[in-house]
Amino acid sequence: MFSVETLVQQALWVGLVSVLMALMITIIDSIVNNYGEVVVSINGKKDLTVKGGSKLLATLADQGVFLPSACGGRGSCGACKCQVDTDVGPHLPTETPYMTDKELKQNVRLACQVKVKSDIKISIPEELFNIKKLTCKVEKIVDVTYDIKEVTLKMPHGTELSYVSGQYGQFEVPPYGDSKEATARAYSFSSNPQRKDELEFLIRLVPGGIVTTYVHQHLKVGQNINVIVPVGDFHVRDTDAAMICVAGGSGMAPFKSIFNDMIERGTMGTRDVWYFFGARTTRDTYYLDWLWSLDKKYERFHFVPALSEPKPGESWDGPVGLITEVLDKYLQEKIPLDQAKEGYLCGSPGMLDACMNVMRKNKMTEDKIYFDKFA
Amino acid sequence: MSPVIDPLTLIFASIFTSNILLANFLGTCSFIAISKDVNSANGLGIAVIVVLVLSSVISWPLLHFILLPLNMIYLDLFVYIIVIAAVVQALEMIIERASPALYMSLGIYLPLIVANCAILGVVLFMEIRNYDFFQAAVFGFGSGVGWWLAIVAMAAMRKKIDKAPVPAGLQGPGITLITMGFMAMAFVGFSGILRVQ
Repeated sequence: MFSVETLVQQALWVGLVSVLMALMITIIDSIVNNYGEVVVSINGKKDLTVKGGSKLLATLADQGVFLPSACGGRGSCGACKCQVDTDVGPHLPTETPYMTDKELKQNVRLACQVKVKSDIKISIPEELFNIKKLTCKVEKIVDVTYDIKEVTLKMPHGTELSYVSGQYGQFEVPPYGDSKEATARAYSFSSNPQRKDELEFLIRLVPGGIVTTYVHQHLKVGQNINVIVPVGDFHVRDTDAAMICVAGGSGMAPFKSIFNDMIERGTMGTRDVWYFFGARTTRDTYYLDWLWSLDKKYERFHFVPALSEPKPGESWDGPVGLITEVLDKYLQEKIPLDQAKEGYLCGSPGMLDACMNVMRKNKMTEDKIYFDKFA
Repeated sequence: MSPVIDPLTLIFASIFTSNILLANFLGTCSFIAISKDVNSANGLGIAVIVVLVLSSVISWPLLHFILLPLNMIYLDLFVYIIVIAAVVQALEMIIERASPALYMSLGIYLPLIVANCAILGVVLFMEIRNYDFFQAAVFGFGSGVGWWLAIVAMAAMRKKIDKAPVPAGLQGPGITLITMGFMAMAFVGFSGILRVQ
């Protein structure tokens, strides 16, 4: 019906229309989304002049101020809360689920959802200024199970980092494959905070996870990697109450750090510690020898590993079942009901919620249950 | 040849007698989804008016100076969709800047104006009915106002319906569709006044 030339000509016209429309969008974009330079004032003390138009979290990170963020700015962890003292519009539906009534009233916002459009005043805890971005060399990568790697980073020469067991660091991996920008995810330190020269993390491969896939498939010993440290407020309370610790999978990390820290400080053995570790099969268990040796050495340290789905023929003489069932049984039968207890939990949101229910059922109060939720 | 209709008649016709929503049943999905709340309905309605006027005004010269002379009218849908998508994208950026609250309340339905058949319908009517440039603009505006009127009226009615004892199975979209049917029947009454194609 048409000659080739006509078709080419028509295609060119359609192309021209598209180009015109794209041009229109670009022009409008440069007008509408140009916020110019704005001033971010922190705690009324520090003024940062920045280019407007980006999210508050990213704007602050560019300036070396790191708010905690476990999810890397996707709005799924609710960690990057900060109080905004200027009017930046009503809370977005993406923020409200993470806010208490009090926070709503104080205009506490999620920094990853608020766009910096004009001069803005914010208040953040002073200690957040201590969070820094370090470039560390990968010193060692060890497979502790088929899907969990123990990654040790060497601190840059001359840097000292003080953190407490239970805090975490944000791993930043460079763009690779389908991931077009640097991506950060949070992992708890498994290292002993007394060892100032290195950081250790336990990273479990999450199918489809950007950072975990990178760590498992691309990260090499000797490579440099950026970490934002230290973040988080999960830590052991200095009391005499019995510690009821529950972890699943790579949730072992903060407890490894905590136990080693307690040993070093000499507090291990001075209070009761119950450590419940849940895994699916023996293939998912690790560090058992070390934990059993602690159990043997310290009378008041009790290690309770449990398998939820042991394969037939596996040599396992410990408890079998979901870690919550085992926890429930121990709380009812082995641990005195009237003893003062504190709960320390680290694992997936589902496991944590289930553990909280079991603990509540066994007369543990919510304000004494501390957790580190995988986000 | 473009039809001889004076602009006032065209406006009246596009708002009432051949309302794009209630006479032609175009753009129903966002109509049902966003008519829960008067403010959002109002916002979306105004957005639709703007998109309609702009896409009619931009599409008309493309139709008459490119598509028709070059004998490529078979590509009309393709070109119109590009225009509509671009206009919606631009509008989205402007609304985000001007009113973040409206932007959030419209949510996914703002970009979905691209797929709102009322827009493409109006542009295609403009082509089929041979409107001249001025008529196209007026028709675009009138149809937009008609759609806005319908969705705001529906949002107002749904406020009342919320308090009515609607059977469980009919709550939400069900009763909205039925109400929309009644509205359409009422609008049929207008079509006796004048008939414009």
